[in-house]
Amino acid sequence: MRQKILKLIERNSRIDMKELAEKAGVNEAAVVNELAAMESEGIICGYHTIIDWDKVENDEVTALIEVRVTPQKERGFDRLAKMIYQFPEVDSCSLISGSFDFLVILNRSSLREAATFVNEQLAVMDGVISTATHFVLKKYKDHGTIVHDRDREERMPVTL
Amino acid sequence: MRDPLSSKIKDVKPSGIRKFFDIVTEMKDAISLGVGEPDFDTPWRIRQEGIKSIEKGRTFYTSNAGLKELKIEICKYLKDRYDLDYDYQTETLITVGGSEAIDIAFRAMLDEGDEVIIPQPSYVSYVPCCELADGTPVIINLKNENEFKLTAEELEEAITDKTKLLLLSFPNNPTGAIMTKEELAPLVDVIIKHDIYVISDEIYSELSYKGKHCSIASFPGMKERTLVINGFSKGFAMTGWRLGYVCGPKIIIEQMFKIHQYAIMCAPTNSQYAATVGMRKCIGEVEQMRESYDERRRFLMKEFKRIGLSCFEPFGAFYVFPCIKEFGMSSEDFATRLLQEEKVAVVPGTAFGECGEGFLRISYAYSINDLRVAIGRLENFINKLRAQA
Repeated sequence: MRQKILKLIERNSRIDMKELAEKAGVNEAAVVNELAAMESEGIICGYHTIIDWDKVENDEVTALIEVRVTPQKERGFDRLAKMIYQFPEVDSCSLISGSFDFLVILNRSSLREAATFVNEQLAVMDGVISTATHFVLKKYKDHGTIVHDRDREERMPVTL
Repeated sequence: MRDPLSSKIKDVKPSGIRKFFDIVTEMKDAISLGVGEPDFDTPWRIRQEGIKSIEKGRTFYTSNAGLKELKIEICKYLKDRYDLDYDYQTETLITVGGSEAIDIAFRAMLDEGDEVIIPQPSYVSYVPCCELADGTPVIINLKNENEFKLTAEELEEAITDKTKLLLLSFPNNPTGAIMTKEELAPLVDVIIKHDIYVISDEIYSELSYKGKHCSIASFPGMKERTLVINGFSKGFAMTGWRLGYVCGPKIIIEQMFKIHQYAIMCAPTNSQYAATVGMRKCIGEVEQMRESYDERRRFLMKEFKRIGLSCFEPFGAFYVFPCIKEFGMSSEDFATRLLQEEKVAVVPGTAFGECGEGFLRISYAYSINDLRVAIGRLENFINKLRAQA
């Protein structure tokens, strides 16, 4: 049941409880309980909205920062990660295999704020070897949802 | 000058609601719930394969009956999903949409005067295709109180010495009705008793929302007297690719093959390559589309209940068929006024047979948002009518 509920709310977190229950094939009370349980167990970590900010007037940018670090004795990468993700401007932080270690995403900050964060906080942090910052120019698809190029209607208005 | 036309074609009636269609096409800002095709794009893997087949220069005819790989996949799919056993070499023919299969099935099976039982409301091509093949259509008017399913009694009553064929189309366009295994069983007895054949148009089989679709050909004794027609248009969202197929007894398929060979040559080559990939890799996406339709279907039923529009709950295709008899207007008048006053286009039930009078076909091949807006307008309209009454 958990898998089913998770798949359904992953696609639509605003689905109403009645419908969710119907689709998961259990009663409404069971769904409410299960959701609460998964929230407290940290399986469900939050509910967000996919917004195409390009359609709203704003000067903010999304930055993807590759960070190379020296892992610390006994604590590995976790302590460094914590030092990075505690900053409120950090939207996501993951340990990555390959030629760098952390991928840090700054969501919606001004160019200046992003630059300041990288120069004054990240690059100078103990254990950080180097950073490379990439700015998102245009977002096409986010969380499985295509954010551009939608809603064209090319069908004939009536067909039998 | 001599008359260039055959009397046969002149006798075929044009679609009765052409006037209404003309108004719809002219009105640019109307919301339409009148479309008979999916709103989803064809799954990307399928489109990609179509592009690839053109890039690779696979632009020649295929063999007349269709690509071997595709026929094998179709037979596998019919076995897995509907428990139907067909030989891909002798019992399967790839056609230009399900519509070609309907046409050539009639032409292969009918002699002048043979009667074809066609339950209505149903898709618009059955009657004219039957007439062009010299058959005589015998209409059964299905009933709202039976949720537009065909009963054994209705069938029995329509059968005469001349009855050759029964045309079945479930899940149904325009009513959305389905027939379950238990509901088909009594028909099977009648069909076998009277030794008639069945053309079963199962183009909406993937869009069944109450358990898996049951094909009448899966009953013992039915395979040898049934043509199963299906295709990629609805379930796989491939209407414009024009690809369907028909499976049935070798003795009928080989005659249909002759007509297909002489009239069509073969179905579009790139569509056939694309659909092969669709069968192999896109069943998951087909299921997702079905789930979306089901969500919308339940949304509409809930909304109809809220605004007090009477409608049986249909479990197939992407149509609902509400009854508007309480307003004392013909379907066409209702649809025309709804279009003019609230700019919502729906199809009058009479487009699908006389017994569609008093009903509307509303398609839910639209986003929930579009449906919400359209229902709001429909609600305004019927409130206005009720206030006037």
